[in-house]
Amino acid sequence: MSLLVICFDPSELSQVAGFGASFGTYDVLLLTGEAGNAGASKIHVANLVEVPPADNIGKSVASVAANYTHVAAVSSMRAKDLMARVAGINQSAMITDVVKVFSETEFERPMVAGSVLARVKAESTPIVMTFRPAGFDKTVPGPNGSVESISISDTGRVKRVSTSARQGGRPDLSQAKFVVSGGRPLKDAATFEQVIGGFADKFGAAVGATRAAVDSGIAPNDLQVGQTGKVVAPDLYIAAGISGSTQHMAGIKDSKLIVAINKDGDAPIFDQADLGIVGDLYEVLPELEKALS
Amino acid sequence: MKAIVPIKRVVDPYAKVKPTADGAGLDSGGAKFEINPFDEIAVEEAVRQKEAGRFTEVVVVSVGKGECEEQLRKALAIGADRAVLLETQEPLDSPAVAKVLSEFVAAEAPHVVLMGKQATDDDNNQAGQMLAAILDWPQATFAAKTDFAADKATVVRETDSGEETLELPYPCLVTTDLRLNEPRYIALPGIIKARSKPLEKRPLASVPAPKSSVVSFAPAPARPPGRKVGSVAELAQAIKDRGVF
Repeated sequence: MSLLVICFDPSELSQVAGFGASFGTYDVLLLTGEAGNAGASKIHVANLVEVPPADNIGKSVASVAANYTHVAAVSSMRAKDLMARVAGINQSAMITDVVKVFSETEFERPMVAGSVLARVKAESTPIVMTFRPAGFDKTVPGPNGSVESISISDTGRVKRVSTSARQGGRPDLSQAKFVVSGGRPLKDAATFEQVIGGFADKFGAAVGATRAAVDSGIAPNDLQVGQTGKVVAPDLYIAAGISGSTQHMAGIKDSKLIVAINKDGDAPIFDQADLGIVGDLYEVLPELEKALS
Repeated sequence: MKAIVPIKRVVDPYAKVKPTADGAGLDSGGAKFEINPFDEIAVEEAVRQKEAGRFTEVVVVSVGKGECEEQLRKALAIGADRAVLLETQEPLDSPAVAKVLSEFVAAEAPHVVLMGKQATDDDNNQAGQMLAAILDWPQATFAAKTDFAADKATVVRETDSGEETLELPYPCLVTTDLRLNEPRYIALPGIIKARSKPLEKRPLASVPAPKSSVVSFAPAPARPPGRKVGSVAELAQAIKDRGVF
């Protein structure tokens, strides 16, 4: 058994130790940035300036991955893009969103919008995985055994013409300690930004949104939390004007404390929130901001 | 330009699904089946490209049991030109589906494969990338906007931090995300009218063995019941008491 964890940038290095410990020792392939503590036996540093499109580095990453029985990455859109490509190239089994490791071949993962946990068995190696760090111990990683540079080649077949990032300054949703999310009652993009964004900025929180809010253009897509969006696991999750669809709850159930604010006292979110208040979010949020400051 | 759109038959994504008592399977309480919503977005996108004169033919394909015909008929009603069902009773995982589709796509030789980013039943998000890998085609996953020009495809795709624009040479594979479009509503008469469109069933002699399988299902643990508070002051205090703030 040998495990390689692929990290896209140094921010992921601190998230691999808990998962890696389930396998004993592990190596890391770091695509961009400088090596930091990851608790790895060996860290391969590719030192790419930015992560190229998955197609362009798929074969090169797959050739490194081919030296291992198990290859994993922290769940994210970029990980799903690249890791499934690598699995396809190496004819690997693939398990998406692993939350528990039973053995070298058996894993637990959520399905059907998180309403079901499946125990999945890989019938052959190599095995490619993405995993959710919230399911594992938050072990602070120790130093790496050795650091080696490695060359990952970029075929240049797919051209990246431009990138645009979300509004700056706010923490990354999937790693934030405090998340404030809004739903469709926020009316329009300006109101959403002012009410939810304004509250979040007071506390350095990340901003999230429901699929309904994203679909109706109130919030940008990269803020979508849920089955088909991001999975968050903050200490505190405040859901304002969110009814609590299965789809949305799938993305927040690992939060330590879920607080629901909704006008409708019968909204399903009250069944799953730790704390709830029936009220108008436009009145509750400003008051709460004052009370918590 | 010809496009292939693979579609998956999934249980209604709004149905309540729970494990059976013995944990060996899933019970969806007799819910109906649908085209996987992300695949439906892919069908809609391909049909719009055809209506705009960019694509000349849209072929939908599904791998699985005979019942998939129902979803293929709906895709034909949306506007696909013909449908093929690669029929098998065997269980398939994403690598097996990708392998079967790769042979179909290689024979059809389209410019573009358009498919959903993931299926709402197994939430895997694997088959598209695996298919692109086997074909050695460029891929753009999580598409929010497409432009299929004569010489290249330009795809705006969702990323973890916003979006990016990629240019891909043909042939290429694109997986669809939510914002790409809103599929049109198809009334029953439309589905019946589409009956005259060609739907070919091809039994598969064999399918690749799955590389993974589900051992058992369990319900996701429910969160302990919470409580409603009467005032914002009480709420703020309770949040502070929990030591998370």
